[in-house]
Amino acid sequence: MYGNDVIDPNDPLNAAETPAYDEARQHEDRRDEVGGGFDALIAADQRIEPRDAMPDKYRQTLIRQIAQHAHSEIIGMQPEGNWITRAPSLRRKAILTAKVQDEAGHGLYLYSAAETLGIDRAELLDRLHNGTQKYSSIFNYPTLTWADCGAIGWLVDGAAIMNQVPLCRCSYGPYARAMVRICKEESFHQRQGFEILWVLSRGTEAQREMAQDAANRWWWPALMMFGPPDSGEAASQGHTAQSMAWGIKRFSNDDLRQKFVDMTVPQAQKLGLTLPDPDLRWNEERGHWDFGPIDWDEFWRVLRGDGPCNAERISQRRRAHEEGAWVREAANAYAAKHVRSQESAA
Amino acid sequence: MTAGSAPSPEAGSAAYVLAVADDAMVYAQRLGEWLTNAPQIEEDMALANVSLDLLGQARALYARVGELDGSGRGEDDYAMFRDERQWRNVHLVEQERGDFAREMARMLWFASYQHELYAAQLASSDPVVAGVAGKAAKEVRYHLDHARHWVLRLGDGTDESHRRMQAALEWAAPYVDELFDDHAAAVTAVEAGLVARLPSELREAAQGRVEAVVSEATLTMPDPPTWRSRGGRDGIHSRPMGYLLAELQHISRSHPGATW
Ligand SMILES: [Fe+2]
Ligand SMILES: [Fe+2]
Repeated sequence: MYGNDVIDPNDPLNAAETPAYDEARQHEDRRDEVGGGFDALIAADQRIEPRDAMPDKYRQTLIRQIAQHAHSEIIGMQPEGNWITRAPSLRRKAILTAKVQDEAGHGLYLYSAAETLGIDRAELLDRLHNGTQKYSSIFNYPTLTWADCGAIGWLVDGAAIMNQVPLCRCSYGPYARAMVRICKEESFHQRQGFEILWVLSRGTEAQREMAQDAANRWWWPALMMFGPPDSGEAASQGHTAQSMAWGIKRFSNDDLRQKFVDMTVPQAQKLGLTLPDPDLRWNEERGHWDFGPIDWDEFWRVLRGDGPCNAERISQRRRAHEEGAWVREAANAYAAKHVRSQESAA
Repeated sequence: MTAGSAPSPEAGSAAYVLAVADDAMVYAQRLGEWLTNAPQIEEDMALANVSLDLLGQARALYARVGELDGSGRGEDDYAMFRDERQWRNVHLVEQERGDFAREMARMLWFASYQHELYAAQLASSDPVVAGVAGKAAKEVRYHLDHARHWVLRLGDGTDESHRRMQAALEWAAPYVDELFDDHAAAVTAVEAGLVARLPSELREAAQGRVEAVVSEATLTMPDPPTWRSRGGRDGIHSRPMGYLLAELQHISRSHPGATW
């Protein structure tokens, strides 16, 4: 449905459609010459595989990061899942259902990647449910209108892809391979989100207002998805330097945020939507878009649990898990019985 | 389709295809409610798959209804702009989402019914109906298999799951007869060669499938229920239907004439 003269399907709309993605996917295996030591592999930009020895802190860092990513996919099903029964056309309903289903698949795929590091999914889900592991704060904002499904695809999937394309080169093999596959699907999501807004912004007055309102509400939280700034008052020292040294992280938060702004502002112009930042202007000298200050107090507040939907997201997730406990127990009991009866028949 | 006059063959065919489409549409809508609510993530995905298959069947069939009834209406005209009395689905698919055992009881019956139904449409005189049936027959085999596996696991799992699965079969029982009623549009459709068999002629095979699963799952078939649902094919629905439509339709109806 891009048969119009303004959206060119060959024009990259997100980072997974740029050469950066193809480059990030290229991996030259030189393990034979490099040898198997962790430091040598990292120094030579080679992949660490599950069977390799690795420092415990590297393992723990990856478990935390991959789990948080998996949890984000699972919690991220809710804001849009909320619209499946209300999608305004059957075509949109089908696309949205498939998208939310994809996110479930991403969650499963990432939990499997985390399991290669020696932890199981049930344990990780417990940590999500009891709040000891986090998910992306963006999903603590509500989806108030249909246009929010468009804004999430365009901005939230778009920002996620910007973060994830460099992870296709992550030093940990299973995570890097998961990212290659996931980025491709996120790219469809981002296009679909853009297309929702494209149609709305060319629709009735009420539809245009809906689209603008969604862009107003999602723009700043999307910029926060890249994490706190690398320097200045709001910076959190965190794990950035170590993750860079280990080849887990490749670009700073601010670099990725700038790339996202640079890619997205022209798209907003094509959509005819105004981004809610009076300081947004092209800086000829820098060759980048300047943008205004981000409200980091809001970021930290939502991260600490005081966002509009934190409590709701976790309680829905817990309820589904608890209400399903008897089903999972039945499946285990059935499997155990049938293993036994197969053994006694053998 | 004026009341009182005999319907033309095309209008009769349209009414039949509409009933098949409405069953699929309404069940797709109910299954969509499971996403983010399923007992495990694999099941979120599986139920979404079934929902998408049924939605695809409904969309293809609605397009055909718009040709057969001469109105030229599209899929969203049927899904979003008809009132409750104009819907032709059975009551089974409109019932509110219950526990997972109820969903598997409903899916087992519905997929068993659809399995026979689409088989009887493979040689349909209508090429679109035959084409949809060819694709849907494969999809329904998966739905049936999925429901069967869960009914086995729940029936022969723990005491609690056995009790819940048995209760779910009892819950579904009053809605089963309606699937196999020979409603007027189905009679016309058989005469027109649109489908090879009447609903009542699908029952033996469909019920045989259900009974085989139930007994393998160490469950028992419920006693004949004391009441049965009626009226879906004439647009007489049960209480949950109006709420389902309110949710399905409200955005489109709030913006008449808009495209999405
Ligand atoms: Fe995803
Ligand atoms: Fe996505």
